Amino acid sequence: MQLNKNIAISDSGFIFNPSTGDSFSTNPVGLEIIRLLRENKKKDAIIKELTGRFSIDDSTAEKDLSDFLLVLRNYQLLNDHE
Amino acid sequence: MSKRKITVAVTGLNNIDSPGPGVPVIRALKESLLFDVRIVGLSYESLEPGLYMHDLVDKSYQVPLPSAGISSLLERLHYINEKEEIDVIIPNFDAELHNFIKLEKQLRSDFGIASFLPTSEQFESRHKSVLYEFGEANDVKVPFSKMIFSASEIEGLKKEFTYPLVIKGKYYDASVAATPEQAVNYFHKISAKWGLPIIVQQFVSGNEVNVTALGDGKGNCIGAVPMRKLYITDKGKAWAGISLDDEKLIEISNRVIGNSKWRGGCELEFIKSNEGEYYLLEMNPRFPAWVYLAVGCGQNHPEALVQMALGEKVVPFTDYERGKLFIRYSFDQIVNLSEFEKISTLGEL
Amino acid sequence: MSNLTYERPFIQKLNTGTMNKFGTRTEYAPVTHLESVPVKRIVADYGSPCFVISERQIRKNYQDAVRAFKTRYPKVQFAWSYKTNYLDAVCNIFHQEGSWAEVVSIFEYRKALNNGVPGNKIIFNGPDKSAADLELAVDNNSLIHIDHFDELYELAALLQASKKKARVAIRVNMDTGVYPMWDRFGFNYENGQAWNAITKIMSQQEMELVGLHCHIGTYMLSAAAYGTAAWKLCDLAVNIKTKWNKSLQYLDLGGGFASANTLKGSYLQGADVIPSIDDYAEAITSTILNSAIRQNELPMLILETGRALVDDAAWLVGSVVATKRLSDGRRATIMDFGVNLLFTAFWYNHKVSPAQEFSHHTEDMVLYGPLCMNIDVIRDSVNLPLLNKGDHVVVHKVGAYNMTQWMQFIQMRPKIIIIDMEGKTHIVRESESLETMLRYEKRPDHLSQSSL
Repeated sequence: MQLNKNIAISDSGFIFNPSTGDSFSTNPVGLEIIRLLRENKKKDAIIKELTGRFSIDDSTAEKDLSDFLLVLRNYQLLNDHE
Repeated sequence: MSKRKITVAVTGLNNIDSPGPGVPVIRALKESLLFDVRIVGLSYESLEPGLYMHDLVDKSYQVPLPSAGISSLLERLHYINEKEEIDVIIPNFDAELHNFIKLEKQLRSDFGIASFLPTSEQFESRHKSVLYEFGEANDVKVPFSKMIFSASEIEGLKKEFTYPLVIKGKYYDASVAATPEQAVNYFHKISAKWGLPIIVQQFVSGNEVNVTALGDGKGNCIGAVPMRKLYITDKGKAWAGISLDDEKLIEISNRVIGNSKWRGGCELEFIKSNEGEYYLLEMNPRFPAWVYLAVGCGQNHPEALVQMALGEKVVPFTDYERGKLFIRYSFDQIVNLSEFEKISTLGEL
Repeated sequence: MSNLTYERPFIQKLNTGTMNKFGTRTEYAPVTHLESVPVKRIVADYGSPCFVISERQIRKNYQDAVRAFKTRYPKVQFAWSYKTNYLDAVCNIFHQEGSWAEVVSIFEYRKALNNGVPGNKIIFNGPDKSAADLELAVDNNSLIHIDHFDELYELAALLQASKKKARVAIRVNMDTGVYPMWDRFGFNYENGQAWNAITKIMSQQEMELVGLHCHIGTYMLSAAAYGTAAWKLCDLAVNIKTKWNKSLQYLDLGGGFASANTLKGSYLQGADVIPSIDDYAEAITSTILNSAIRQNELPMLILETGRALVDDAAWLVGSVVATKRLSDGRRATIMDFGVNLLFTAFWYNHKVSPAQEFSHHTEDMVLYGPLCMNIDVIRDSVNLPLLNKGDHVVVHKVGAYNMTQWMQFIQMRPKIIIIDMEGKTHIVRESESLETMLRYEKRPDHLSQSSL
């Protein structure tokens, strides 16, 4: 699970994928997850980060993260090559 | 005399292959001899070319689509106006006019934003579906037409029409049918796309000629410039056109604008039949995308519209240059991603 | 980061298309209170889903409509269209305000009697009135609006046999320039059928022709069509006066005024395109006043407005059951109410507001109901803030037809409450239970049990 290289991320939540030319906008939690992905953090580590920073339980974090990763894959921002 | 500084908001910045009238209107205003115009562009999409034309558009904002409703539009204009203090607003899309017409009074009284639009009744009266009645009321010939709701009505059309006929959609699309079978075919095609009713119009053969015109709402035609398309794109839009010397056409245009007391800009589309008769085919309730030709011919219609919106008296234009051409060209702007990011995420540029 | 509140992570592709988030916030403004009652309290006290009716809004709508007509025309009478919403509490608000009853079945007729409406203030419309129904209406001196010749002849025979008298009107259908033309009810104006019916009635000693009725359609976007309808009724009235020297007591223009809901397929918002009640009033009254009917013989004008008086006076409060993602990547949100309660979702794009605060991020989604049925879709595509399981929403303008056309299917029907003029809440219809349903079932002995 890896964020595609060269993806540009701005503080406003604007994401640009130079290899496809697509642009996206994300919310603060989404932006944080993308940053963690860029640091090569694994799913479990991201869930830990999320539950540590917000008052949410593990299952909410896991459910929301799984859904978000699915969308990132759909948008070709994430690939599954380990 | 020094020029007065004003701020004008303009929509229709989609200067693409089937262009909106926004950019031509802005060019006209930038050339005003009376006003020093600051332009606020209003866009619906983040790729409208006008957004990135910084020599013409001083500041841009995204606005909600007409389908989002009047209250959304009002809220957005309120926000924009607090920053920009707009003096005049010129909407340039058919689809947004309904909302802007309904808001005209409130924009003026609550925000001090003036506009100069047709009344709701005028706007409704020139719809394709009732254009024949519009013609009768305003003493201009319109090819005989009729609304139909079912393909079974086509058989009976023989009594009132002679083939070929034009089968038209309520909003867009038109096809010429030479036989009832073709008419039935087009009926189904067009109604599947645009719904009912379908408008059946008597086909008139001849040359298409267009007029860009401006009415003062009191029965005076402030200006009118006739044009014939010299070349059209595959979308049927003018690629190049030339201003005509045609007194009869000007006279008819004056009559339509005068009798209907048209208020604001408009485009009249005529067909000049082989017998030399003029038939009104369509009346668009705003400036056409080729309105800048009028400026080139000596009639700055957008400037005059701004004057009238501000409550100033305007003397009708009496002359224009004949034989002037407009030739449209496309132009690739180079834009930094940061600009696209700005308009996309902040809704302002 | 630590000072942020949690919101489900969200990412959206920026299309070259429009940015919904600018300027359209009004649609998403959270609706935390209905009038002064917190949505949270409604859910806590009455459950979710729950229909909520505003007495204040109904009275206001009614008074505004009456004012629009009475300032233009001397004799105006409204008759509440029972089928639009026949909860007794709702009907009685209208009756308290002075409205008569307009019913289209013997069930509705008895409901009106039960509400204390005098028989002579009940208008009996509709294509299905049995001989017994007609007899009851005759005995109560109600206004019988005849729909077809079979009914006309049946009533004539019945009156001749009983030697009683009836006050009748005919329903007239006509071309008013709108499509589709409603020609299934009543007698046609253009082809002379209406005149034939009138002639037949005038030949009957036992029938008194007191009025003419029409109802040209529903959700009418053209006020001018009512002008046309009024003109055609006036034309008949004038001809009746000429031929029989008979002045009619009333013209009933029916209902059909649009509410501010947005029809599916409409590009513009319903609220932005519908005529105002004043527009309708002007079209109708100016036509009658300018007709050949003499000033001192002007008939009473009856209106059977339903939808426009009650639609925006009720909300449906509901909750998110789950959110999921469809195979094509679209977000789907499942609500605890569906087309079982919101019948009008078949033709309206109902406005849905979240009932709690949220960020400016929105996503496109399908709104599904709770039924295990593919047709249970509330909105095919709607842009809403990020919703989570347990969040509450408010559906707007649901007062017309939903509380009569809803169905007990898969789910039980929920409570309906009303907020009174003081802001107090009252249950006006209890939620259904298993017992409610079983009460009507019978089990033959051999089908009374099983042993699995």
